[in-house]
Amino acid sequence: MPARVSLFVTCIVDQLFPKVGMAVADVLERLGFCVDFPEAQTCCGQPAFNSGYRAEARQVARHFLDVFRDADYIVVPSGSCTSMIAHHFEDIFQKELDYLALARQLAPKVYEFSRFLIEIAGVDDVGARLHEVVTYHDSCHALRELQVKDGPRRLLGNVRGLELREMDAAEECCGFGGTFSVKFAEVSGGMARTKIDSILRTGASAVVSVDSSCLMQIQGALARAGRPIRTLHLAEVLASR
Amino acid sequence: MADPKLQLAVFAATGRLMEKRRKAVNAQVCPDYQELRTQAHAVKRHTIENLDHYLEVFERNVTAHGGQVIFCKDATEVADFVLGLAKARIARLIVKSKSMTTEEIDLNERLEHHQLEAVETDLGEYLIQLAHERPYHIVAPALHKTKEQVADLLTERLGVPRETVIEKQTMIARAVLREKFLAADIGISGANFLVADSGAIVLVENEGNARLTTSAPKIHIAIAGIEKMIPRAQDLGVFLKLLGRSATGQPLTVYTSFLSGPRRGAEIDGPDEFYVVLLDNGRTKVLADRGKRQSLYCIRCGACLNHCPVYRKIGGHSFPWVYSGPIGAILTPQFLGVNHEPGLPFASSLCGACAEVCPVKIDIPKILLDLRSDVKKTEEREGTNRVERLAFRVWAWVMRHPRLYEMAGMAAASLAPSGNGGGWVRNVPWGIRVPPLDAWLSQRDLPSAPTKSFRQLWRERR
Amino acid sequence: MSRENVLHKVRTALGRCAGQAVENPPPVRLTVPEAGIEARIAVFFECIEALAGKTYRAQSLEEARAYVETVMAGRKAVASNAAILRECGATALAGVESGITDGAHLRELSAYAACGITGADYALADTGTLVMLASPQEARLISLLPPVHIAIVERKRLLTGLDELLSILPRPADQTSSMVLITGPSRTADIEQILVRGVHGPGEIHVVVV
Repeated sequence: MPARVSLFVTCIVDQLFPKVGMAVADVLERLGFCVDFPEAQTCCGQPAFNSGYRAEARQVARHFLDVFRDADYIVVPSGSCTSMIAHHFEDIFQKELDYLALARQLAPKVYEFSRFLIEIAGVDDVGARLHEVVTYHDSCHALRELQVKDGPRRLLGNVRGLELREMDAAEECCGFGGTFSVKFAEVSGGMARTKIDSILRTGASAVVSVDSSCLMQIQGALARAGRPIRTLHLAEVLASR
Repeated sequence: MADPKLQLAVFAATGRLMEKRRKAVNAQVCPDYQELRTQAHAVKRHTIENLDHYLEVFERNVTAHGGQVIFCKDATEVADFVLGLAKARIARLIVKSKSMTTEEIDLNERLEHHQLEAVETDLGEYLIQLAHERPYHIVAPALHKTKEQVADLLTERLGVPRETVIEKQTMIARAVLREKFLAADIGISGANFLVADSGAIVLVENEGNARLTTSAPKIHIAIAGIEKMIPRAQDLGVFLKLLGRSATGQPLTVYTSFLSGPRRGAEIDGPDEFYVVLLDNGRTKVLADRGKRQSLYCIRCGACLNHCPVYRKIGGHSFPWVYSGPIGAILTPQFLGVNHEPGLPFASSLCGACAEVCPVKIDIPKILLDLRSDVKKTEEREGTNRVERLAFRVWAWVMRHPRLYEMAGMAAASLAPSGNGGGWVRNVPWGIRVPPLDAWLSQRDLPSAPTKSFRQLWRERR
Repeated sequence: MSRENVLHKVRTALGRCAGQAVENPPPVRLTVPEAGIEARIAVFFECIEALAGKTYRAQSLEEARAYVETVMAGRKAVASNAAILRECGATALAGVESGITDGAHLRELSAYAACGITGADYALADTGTLVMLASPQEARLISLLPPVHIAIVERKRLLTGLDELLSILPRPADQTSSMVLITGPSRTADIEQILVRGVHGPGEIHVVVV
């Protein structure tokens, strides 16, 4: 009986980057997992939490916990959403003991996509093939809150035909930061431009990351600068054949 | 961000400081770096949690060595004390070594109102004093000044012939300040650490001005926030190791002074009088908030500033108070109230680089998030920012109802421009032009809406 | 001035009462490595030289004195009352004033001397540091005012590093009002991040190990 994995695609992937979700499902199914997508899912509540609206974040988080209550594993193609669920739900349910217990119970089952592959599926080679020169952007939450750093690089290293070139500012924030990107647009834009300068220095034709929000910020800046470099979520690279 | 040359200077200087720190904390040179951080955090935690005890131990030991401890609740009390002492001793000239705490309380302004000359002796601080400006960075106060600007300053204020060679500018300042050191009646310093079991203060520096400030004049007054306390001299093994490396990549700064009172017995030189002013000025307020109390662990190394992508873009003068960068962003609202600058906790992408490099492991992003929540609660109480609050309430309601969420998604997709087949768009139609979209588009392109959402694709595939 | 006020606020903030007991702090963390004297001297000199300090290994007291004479190059110096300086004859050199116990006189001499000559209570190998404790033997200003500082360090005083110093001297305040760690020449990079030496303290330092 193949292991059951519940997919939390995240609202940004659902609405703006659906191919990323399909790629995650493809990779997991090829590895023999049974992927289910609880349709009642919406969002993890991070936008409200980051903006200081904890009551509203709680409402959305409660819905998440109800939807995924019976999951064995929850795989998320985003470092920031994983971090919200696995670390910050604790902060917002301090006064609601039943949801706090549920949050604590689910936290160890929530995995950012690359960590799920490395730690649970136990693989760093998924048989992917992509002929391209890419560079990797370390998404802040994935890097600093989930310690995701070597895993994606190992996975990329085993993609046939792929060349990975490190950029000098790989660990620097792309400037998205949720509502920061619009509340402090000029600074956010400046940070994005610093990032793309670093990307350009590698000569890569694509940027890979584990967070679609970062990729949206980076791709938006690249497009504005007229640069023909594309962005790919790690899942899309790993699903390539 | 308006001045591109300054912008570049800040970016470059902080970049260099980051690199220096990296070289000083890597696994070859400092294999126990992470353990040191853990220990430093634990010692600071213990000290802050028992601060009243250590303040009293410190006071006892300072007194035993012939010094005096003065507790001051605010800036006015400090100024009153210094002025009172200066008057009693008929003092006219004061030399000061670098102290962010004295900037915090605007001490120089207060002293100058009473015809006391208070001269900054750290080169960078001296220059910005001449320029009547605030420090730009916790460790590099004159980061923003070019040598041409310094040349102008020296000529204007000192009347010396114009000199643009940096080494010579430094020697001009050295000569002027040496006279001040030797003539000063009182030397005022800050303190990097207060050592409870020794009744001592610790001062770290590279120039020698702190040593001169505290050794040449007959009276030494050290002014420090109560949170600078550490329990034992032996804890300095950990703290000194972390401070130099985190700030400038130096295993030790050129001079580290451990001063525990006026000169004793047959010692030949040193001050005759030694005072330590322990300042509250709002620290007890921060202390009272259990979740944010760790903000007081800060040892003022500046590493968070150097690593913050926001600080590196906008620099120190964009911050509303003396403390800038990530530590400034969490201290300012706690000292001055969230309403003082309610946007400040939001001026961060929460990347976490600051927490990663903080030698005492302050969880700055967590405190920023708590402050954001505090701001919104205040807004709710005061009835401000209603539109945003309503927007998030509606958003939360939609997000709790999957079918509404799906419909909202489809509606937004139908209104959005489709770009050229999965492309990115530069403009959106007037109908849906809202401020957040405008802000986004001011800096980068927007992804066009895909024809089908993930859940639609999923249903088709199954 | 506001002693009770501040202490009261601290206690209230922490939920503590006056005189309430305190748990033990985390144990002190000091690591003292093993290192023979030759290794220490080698590292010590490496660190000092990396900071643009000058080093000299004197095989005898006579060599130490000769080195001091060379550095002085006919200029005036003020020397501390450290025994080692008398023992090696540095205090007897022409141009050297020593044996001063009056602070005002000492300050006067230090302000005009080209060189300040001192011993060192300890030295720290892994950072290239001199440890000076203020005492009747060592005044504060000799290693601070003159633009050149020459320190004669007896090998037995060379410790592995700060941790060893704090292990053998856990309470420096019991001995002295001032303990200063000197690591290289005075420096600043406050203007355009360009390094300049000798801004307030000595710009040139010579460390002699004997």
